[in-house]
Amino acid sequence: MSNPYIVLPIILQLVAAVVLMFFWTKTKAQKTISILFSTAAVAVGVYMLHSVWHHGIQITHSGNWKAPFGITFVADLLAMTLILISSIAALGVSIFSAGSMREERLKFGYYPVFHFLVMGLQGAFLTGDIFNLYVWFEVIIISSFVLMTLGGKKAQLEGTIKYVSLNLLASSFFLTGIGFLYGLTGTLNMADLAVKMKLIENSGLVNVTGSLFLVAFGIKSAIFPMYFWLPASYHTPPPAVTAIFGGLLTKVGIYAMLRTFSLIFGGDEFMTFITSIIAALTILAGAFGAMSRKHMSKIFGFLIISHIGFMMVGISIFSEAVLVGTVFYLIHDIIVKTNLFMVSGLVMKINGSQDIKALGGLYQSHPLLSLLMAVPLFSLVGIPPLSGFWAKIFFIQGALSAQNYLLVGSVVIGSFLTLWVIARVWSEVFWKKGENLPKQANGVYFDALSNLQQWAYIVPMLLLSIISLYIGLGAGRIITLSQKIASELVDPSLYIQLVLQNQLP
Amino acid sequence: MKSIIFRTSSKYLLPILLIFSVFILLRGHYLPGGGFVGGLMAALAFILHSFAFGLEETKNIIKIHPGFLMPMGLVFALIAGLAPWIYQEPFMTGLWYGEPLRMIGMVGTALLFDIGVYFVVIGSVLTVMFSIREII
Repeated sequence: MSNPYIVLPIILQLVAAVVLMFFWTKTKAQKTISILFSTAAVAVGVYMLHSVWHHGIQITHSGNWKAPFGITFVADLLAMTLILISSIAALGVSIFSAGSMREERLKFGYYPVFHFLVMGLQGAFLTGDIFNLYVWFEVIIISSFVLMTLGGKKAQLEGTIKYVSLNLLASSFFLTGIGFLYGLTGTLNMADLAVKMKLIENSGLVNVTGSLFLVAFGIKSAIFPMYFWLPASYHTPPPAVTAIFGGLLTKVGIYAMLRTFSLIFGGDEFMTFITSIIAALTILAGAFGAMSRKHMSKIFGFLIISHIGFMMVGISIFSEAVLVGTVFYLIHDIIVKTNLFMVSGLVMKINGSQDIKALGGLYQSHPLLSLLMAVPLFSLVGIPPLSGFWAKIFFIQGALSAQNYLLVGSVVIGSFLTLWVIARVWSEVFWKKGENLPKQANGVYFDALSNLQQWAYIVPMLLLSIISLYIGLGAGRIITLSQKIASELVDPSLYIQLVLQNQLP
Repeated sequence: MKSIIFRTSSKYLLPILLIFSVFILLRGHYLPGGGFVGGLMAALAFILHSFAFGLEETKNIIKIHPGFLMPMGLVFALIAGLAPWIYQEPFMTGLWYGEPLRMIGMVGTALLFDIGVYFVVIGSVLTVMFSIREII
């Protein structure tokens, strides 16, 4: 079905950014506007997911240039689900920033850049053109550079340089891959590519191109040999920025892999072999890294890597059963990881430290807050019936039926190690008797904040915790959704047919 | 810069360059030109003026903060992109006013978009250049 209004999630974020730019120095107005627009974006996301669920895939050709020549935007279930989930996470971060972001940063345009970043994410999910996907990735990267450097501390700049250099490398791999694709097929529209790639006989060249894309998206989503930039940079910016990065940026890489491997490269034994090994090593490397760290944000940074490995399981086996797990995990992970970095930000605000050896006694001093923070922590482990649990069943079932015992083993071990890491964080930070940490004279701590500011910390965590409880307890609905998405990913013929329907035979 | 030749000439160059930048802006779309080049040229005109007369003098001419031009330009570009929605056409579809006007040529959403780009480019280039000059 053709529907010109499906680009609305992108437009809404752009309008938000433009309006915010008019209020450059008025920080109070900026906070209100940003929260209002983010709420509207969630409403639009809900409405459009509902519409796509009932009426099927919707497309629009921007500028009315028909595919495969113009840029097509495709709202299928995967895209719309991710748009909804990412706009919920963005709403959470927007409220969280209102409480936690310093005035100086707000005056240097934190909020407009934040909305440009979210716009890039929505664009990447909606586009049906591989080069346009690259452009959205650039929008995301440039906005994230700005967000990362705002404040200009030494550690931040150091983290940013690692982040920038590796991401630029990834972009050049991506661009090279696109060049190869265009040389092979003469088209950039993903649906058209899906048709034309099947006709190419030189499978060696197709594999080389696929590997270029794997490296490019692999760097962005931090898979095994290419994850070093993430733990080196993610703990440096303020917690609100880390929350949006940890929740969403690596997942765009996974989304791009799902999309390209579903439409363009698929069903190749060589790729399955490589990605299985990468998935297993990513899970283990991330988990071991998390075990060895004592800084809360760094632990969570390594857990991101480990759980990217879980999602790679679906990409490597690419059967419907496992993809249900990957999609479910993607939905769960965006919400939980965003929440988790807010937790570490709040712990930092309460005690002024993130060193789990020095922290302690949080449960005694803030019992209700600790219970709230327990939700994302234990959802991440996947203690049934919390949200992380269901996806892992599908991973293990699917990997068993594909007889890929390497992946079964690494998913099980990875889950255990995650449990161990979270249990350690919980017992050290919340249960252990804490030392009296030295208070810095100029720092404002959580207990000294006004009521409104305290709520700005709590409300987003509450919101995201409720959502992740819903994902866990109402798993039936999410599984139905994931199954439909997975079947569309395994058999994208409807997608291809809809995009190319106006083309001459 | 103290050279009297430079100061006198840049006084006359400012309006000429600005008019030329508008010409380049209008020439765009089908012929080489457009908002980006036009915007760069207009920004250069102001930068040249600031070299000759100093930063304060140029700021007096522009009156508003150049950073303000960026969101303004984005609004123009957004309106150009969204206008086709009124006719239920896809985003960014070109809408044209029937006949070409004298001097200006064909008028349509593409021109509005280019005007938006023109302002964004002037705004961002001038903001960057003024910030650097303030530091030096």
